[in-house]
Amino acid sequence: MLRYIGHRVLSAIPTLMIIVILGFVVMELPPGDYATYHMMELLAQGNEGAREEAEALRIRYGMDRPAYERFFIWITHFVQGDFGDSFAYRKPVRELIGQNLLMTMVVSLLSLMIAWAIGVPIGIYSATHQYSLGDNFFTMVAFFGVGVPGFLLALVLLVVGTKWFGFVPAGLFSAEFENAPWSLAKFVDLLKHLWIPCLIVGVTQTAGLMRTMRGNLLDVLRMPYMQTARAKGLKETIVTWKYGVRNAIHPLIMSLGMSLPSLVSGATVTAIVLNLPVMGPIYLQAVRQQDIYLGGTMLILITVMLVIGNLLADLLLAVVDPRIRFE
Amino acid sequence: MADTDLLAYRGAQPEEIEEDRISPPTVGQLTWWRFRRSKPAIVAGVLLILAYIVAVFAGFFAPYHVVTTHSKFPAVGPNGIHFRDAEGNFRAPFVYGYSSKLDPATFQRVSITDTSVMYPVRFFAKGDEYVLVGSIKSDIHLFTVDDPGKVFLIGTDNLGRDLFSRIIYGARISLTVGLVGVFLSLIIGSVIGVAAGYYGGTFDNVAMRIVEVLNAFPNIPLWMALAAALPANMDSIKVYFGITIVLSFIGWGGLARQIRAKVLSLRESDFVMAAHVSNCSDWRIVRHHLLPNTLSHIIVSATLAIPGMILGETTLSFLGLGIKPPMTSWGLLLSEAQATRVLLQQPWLLWPIVPVMLTAIAYNLLGDGLRDAADPFAT
Repeated sequence: MLRYIGHRVLSAIPTLMIIVILGFVVMELPPGDYATYHMMELLAQGNEGAREEAEALRIRYGMDRPAYERFFIWITHFVQGDFGDSFAYRKPVRELIGQNLLMTMVVSLLSLMIAWAIGVPIGIYSATHQYSLGDNFFTMVAFFGVGVPGFLLALVLLVVGTKWFGFVPAGLFSAEFENAPWSLAKFVDLLKHLWIPCLIVGVTQTAGLMRTMRGNLLDVLRMPYMQTARAKGLKETIVTWKYGVRNAIHPLIMSLGMSLPSLVSGATVTAIVLNLPVMGPIYLQAVRQQDIYLGGTMLILITVMLVIGNLLADLLLAVVDPRIRFE
Repeated sequence: MADTDLLAYRGAQPEEIEEDRISPPTVGQLTWWRFRRSKPAIVAGVLLILAYIVAVFAGFFAPYHVVTTHSKFPAVGPNGIHFRDAEGNFRAPFVYGYSSKLDPATFQRVSITDTSVMYPVRFFAKGDEYVLVGSIKSDIHLFTVDDPGKVFLIGTDNLGRDLFSRIIYGARISLTVGLVGVFLSLIIGSVIGVAAGYYGGTFDNVAMRIVEVLNAFPNIPLWMALAAALPANMDSIKVYFGITIVLSFIGWGGLARQIRAKVLSLRESDFVMAAHVSNCSDWRIVRHHLLPNTLSHIIVSATLAIPGMILGETTLSFLGLGIKPPMTSWGLLLSEAQATRVLLQQPWLLWPIVPVMLTAIAYNLLGDGLRDAADPFAT
């Protein structure tokens, strides 16, 4: 087991390295840099000394050096836990994203749990009641769910919530708790707001899960051992859950790792629409302003989270399915 | 093969088999028969064909031109077509008189419907001039209303442009961006997939590692970063192609992987061996033996990749990173509906969600039907 984990972690390192390099290159791609962006902004305000200020900024943050040099300086600091400074906020990236990273993970994980809690039981129901009214209904809902991205759902919910329920489903905190230190009241307030974005991101994931679970279970239900189980007089619930679901669920666990990227992607745009204090909105701004260390760090952290998620999914699969051996 | 055997092919209907036919049905026929069994896929296919027809002849189907501003009617609600007048009598389709003014107390636009004035809806009538398929000038519209009557099926935007017309014009971008994007990924994906599967070795290794890394990146953040890399002052046609390239940047990976897997299994088959023995060139084997056999799978995965790209374009344009005015796409139209305050006063700005959803669902249904039909010999 330990050897397997060690092997998996080691084999993830080259992937991570390519991701880091690609993340930096992608952020470097836009012509110009933050200084040019800042200069344009100042010029638009009619500021006379824009050019000089941009030049000073460029020298202060070493933007005048070649890209590969900056990359090596950044990456050596990155592995030591110093993610560089954000140009736009004039603050270390680390300070900026600490809490956002936590919230992103909370929203993603909760959404994932919601998606599984809804998708898997419906999938099981659909498979055991194939072509029934309920199954056909859920099939239709699933196609609908695949077609609607979360942020559109969020937009509609914003209107419906505000117009008919007098309740703005945006943000993660009420106004009075926005900048307050952590307390029990703030936590309760957070819980009150949290379920909406989690539900939206989760529901968009549900459709796929539902369909996969249905397909897998249908395959398993045709197996001869299911018949054997019934023939020896086991109760139908045990046949379905212990013989059916347990054998049908591991493709889902395998897809757990694959579903994480879309979960984070979905959360990104939904967060922008609902104005959540997670990584999405800050990332969008960083991308626009060419705040490369902020944006690059975020892209890399998101991807690292995914690589770790994949690893965990593999380990979980090994726990659920004892036929898998650690080679 | 006897007729009874032919009937044994699932989905084969007796009337399709002519009395005197001796040869068994072709693969194409079998595929078609199988595809025809899936009703949702047929409906989706027809719907998509209609959508593309509307998009191609956007100028004809839209009552107004995409940039026509009705300066007296900014941000007004729907002024739809009626069939019954105020007294409850049925009559030819008409619209009521319509005016818009600023409420002095709340400073909000209110639209007033005047039921005493009725303008008949005129079909195939003259209206705004437009250019059809790049060259033909015309001013005939499917339906329009004579001035000073206005027909705004679903309202107007802040500048007084008819939203319905803008959605129809937006379809040109939104519907094609996915096609062009998939076409690009298909070319890159097939070349790399076939090469990796056929030659194997180092190239295969490197290519598959790259695909893995691309899959590990979350799509939308990567799309956002790439779309931001497009220079702001590019002209709109270049932006359009830039966006398609950005969208296909991730898409080719999955396709390449599937094609590679297919080619790997085909490479060992007898007919490829026979081709080798008959001294066929690699190019000929790829073109005549490998590609046709992977084609059905390529088509299915391509169809299923299109909705993702359409939604991708919508997302990017919604965030202001995609298509730029004067071009219009559904995502760009939706970006006007971003602020909650605007949404509450002008909820009709959410209408572009409907075509986005319908297209995505239709492509998914079509792909689903095609997947079942792609392998007509499976039971």
